[in-house]
Amino acid sequence: MNHDLEQLKEEIKYEKTNSCVQCGYCLPVCPTYATMGKETHSPRGRINLVKMVGEGKITDLSVLEEPMDLCLGCRACETACPTGVEYGGILEAARAAITRRKKFSVPVQTLRNTLFKEVFPSRKAMNFIGNSMWLYEKSGIQKLARKSGLVKKLPSHLGEFEAITPPAVSPWERSSLLRVTPAKGDKKYTVAFFVGCVMDAMFRKINHLSVKLLSEAGCDVIVIENQTCCGALHAHTGELEESKGLAKRNIAAFEKEEVDFIVNNAGGCGAMLIEYDHLLADEPLWVERAKRFSEKTKDISQILVLCGGIKSKDCLPQRVTYQRSCHMTNVLKVTKEPLQLIKSVPNVEFIEMNDANMCCGSAGIYNIVNYDASMEILDQKMENVKHSNATTIITTNPGCLIQMKLGIERENLNGSMRAVHLVEFLAEATGIL
Amino acid sequence: MKAITSAHVKEIISIVKTGRVLTNESDRYSYSFDGSFGTYLPDVVIQTKSVEELAALVKLANREKIPVYPRGQATSLSGGPLPVKGGMVFDLSVMDDLLEIHEEDLVAIVSPGVLTSNIHHAAERKGLMYPPDPSSSHVSTIGGNLAENSGGPRGLKYGVTKDYVIGLEMITPQGEIIRTGGRTVKNVTGYDLTKLIVGSEGTLGIITKAILRLIPKPPASETVMAIFNSLVDAGRAISKILSSGILPSKMELMDQASIIAVENYQPSGLPRDAEALILIELDGHPSAVIDEAEQVSKVCKEVGARKVTIPKTKAETEEVWKARKLVSPAIVRIKPTKISEDATVPRSKIPEMCRRLQEIKKKYNVHLVVFGHAGDGNLHPNIIADKSDKEEMRRVELAVTEIFEAAVQLGGTLSGEHGIGTMKAPFMEMELGAEGLDMMKKIKQAWDPNNIMNPGKIFPEPGQKLVLSE
Repeated sequence: MNHDLEQLKEEIKYEKTNSCVQCGYCLPVCPTYATMGKETHSPRGRINLVKMVGEGKITDLSVLEEPMDLCLGCRACETACPTGVEYGGILEAARAAITRRKKFSVPVQTLRNTLFKEVFPSRKAMNFIGNSMWLYEKSGIQKLARKSGLVKKLPSHLGEFEAITPPAVSPWERSSLLRVTPAKGDKKYTVAFFVGCVMDAMFRKINHLSVKLLSEAGCDVIVIENQTCCGALHAHTGELEESKGLAKRNIAAFEKEEVDFIVNNAGGCGAMLIEYDHLLADEPLWVERAKRFSEKTKDISQILVLCGGIKSKDCLPQRVTYQRSCHMTNVLKVTKEPLQLIKSVPNVEFIEMNDANMCCGSAGIYNIVNYDASMEILDQKMENVKHSNATTIITTNPGCLIQMKLGIERENLNGSMRAVHLVEFLAEATGIL
Repeated sequence: MKAITSAHVKEIISIVKTGRVLTNESDRYSYSFDGSFGTYLPDVVIQTKSVEELAALVKLANREKIPVYPRGQATSLSGGPLPVKGGMVFDLSVMDDLLEIHEEDLVAIVSPGVLTSNIHHAAERKGLMYPPDPSSSHVSTIGGNLAENSGGPRGLKYGVTKDYVIGLEMITPQGEIIRTGGRTVKNVTGYDLTKLIVGSEGTLGIITKAILRLIPKPPASETVMAIFNSLVDAGRAISKILSSGILPSKMELMDQASIIAVENYQPSGLPRDAEALILIELDGHPSAVIDEAEQVSKVCKEVGARKVTIPKTKAETEEVWKARKLVSPAIVRIKPTKISEDATVPRSKIPEMCRRLQEIKKKYNVHLVVFGHAGDGNLHPNIIADKSDKEEMRRVELAVTEIFEAAVQLGGTLSGEHGIGTMKAPFMEMELGAEGLDMMKKIKQAWDPNNIMNPGKIFPEPGQKLVLSE
């Protein structure tokens, strides 16, 4: 019995919960505490539930399931925390422990295997899914997924997601990225570009533009063939072993090239990549290699600033606001560079919205699996967006981009407001679009 | 005290028409703790904005002898909202709708769930100030501040929560809704129940509305930082400044242990070899504060400060105060468990208390850090430990006991601003004497004969001792 509890403590990272002194400083920054209005859905509450499991007071782990599922994983609480609690690690360990004990029905297990083992990690599969809303196309899978509790609400809302799916791109744009794109002018750095799975499938145009911007800024850009999904979606849903496997594949693939940086354009992926050393901390053969990988990981905005910014043309006046990627702010801690680039574009009036650091409710696939909870958070966000009077919302992550497009659709603001990725915005400004 | 039955839960649900009744295990555990020690599982948690529904629930509780625990956002460091005997928790943080500033009357009218910092902001927008500023004000509710009579750095010049409350609406333990005081500063009609309720830690009733006094916001402020080679000298400087005819708005102390902790955590250019530094803020008329800052630096130098600086720009000023803010996060990096005390002594005894604390630190070999609102004698001796180390926690218990004894011997008090709650209850008699404590008990018995309001707080159970090692 005691031995079992010791093992469970290890598994759920109980010792990490002890650095929480329950001061409550995380409460005002937690989006789900604000919308759901109870401690059960606050960071402090969730950490306490894990503590109670570790202390043997809660013995049925399914008690934790809903509170853990409904966390966005935005990690704003880590930024607010005065004692440096590693909330992300606690959350992932708890989710993994719950997943391990959960008996999925056969169809649901098949779905999870298909999605997590075959779809996200395979560039081929993601390519096949292509530029349409892949989850929508896979709605046969979704029907099964509903039963799992992983996907609660999906089919009835698919129409909304379809409406905001990016338009089909030309055959030229669908073609694969070149293996090497040389720097324009003097070469400053050699970078490897991380394409990501959702970015590659849904927003390949933005990937093309990212490579172009990097090349214009003076980087030789290499696209490494055997790279795969970063593993974030797996880690966030409790499939820790899967995400470790993907991390190793990426580390091995990127080690093959001598590069200064590994550059990505999605805050969610970047946050996963930069924490590969944490993910593989228990694997002595990998931890050093993971550290080298993580140290080289940069967001595209950091590299563009490092290369001296972008060469903007004269632009039409516009009012813009910036919906930060939570993982960019709270995990990568990249906050200044995107703003610096946005503000460097002539005739742009930058307006900060209220509660700018609050999550938009996208959170990976949260907006699909926890639709109602996500829309409540989005509605609060859109109030602040509207109040800012901006006509362009800039984002730095594909999930946020989809969510802001959905927000615009829900508020009937099509035509007067748009959502773009920072890369699209900068490409427009430099005239490479 | 009775346990809650399913019939009770049914009745509770029938009363709460506009809110929520939480009975899930995950929800109940989420209301089992606060910022202090221990977890206690309530039977039900109730969230409603309706005062009438709450009053009806209290009537039920009084009839059936079910404990009632009012709770704000549970930032309490003394165990105020802990449901130590189960029963009902009222989550009053949901009552956050009412926040009116009446400039003509210089008052604010608020509901208990409003965050203290929202009152600060609302008052400031009208050129006014609500002075009490506990460091958790961006999280804590005004209801919790009222129940615990919270203080803060500005207590030195402006006093604490009770000095700014002139009227209340509350639910009595019998479930009646009453009003005390009003919206005038002068009010001598009968007993001052307002002052009795503020700081009663939820043991006499539930505050559902408050009328707060506001003052004009001072137009300017200046900061002085003084570094000392000796902690006792720093204590002397504090006493001397206070007797020199100047009343700073804040006077904060950091000892060597906290300076080193901050430097290890986020290097801020503080001298590691100094035994203490004090930060002084003066507020008022622009020319007056400049003059006072000069006088304060002169006093510090006379007492033997090794360096005195007055930051020139706003950025420099913020940098200086940031170091003070970093103390709390910095010290818990050393060890995970923080026992935060708030024993308070008369201002003239600050140097002596500093000396006693150093002795206690050596005697019990504990990691004791002293920082806090030194100017009002409200030193914050914090002991940093590891709660999984039973032997260490035992030494901590002894050290904490001796800190309380020292404070009381010097004419001070167990608690300046955190409240008694569960942890300090065993020491009440030491400060008040058996008869003094008995008078308080008589008041409690008269108000709440069935002992349903926040039972298990303030008054020690027979034989109760301080226990930190669970």
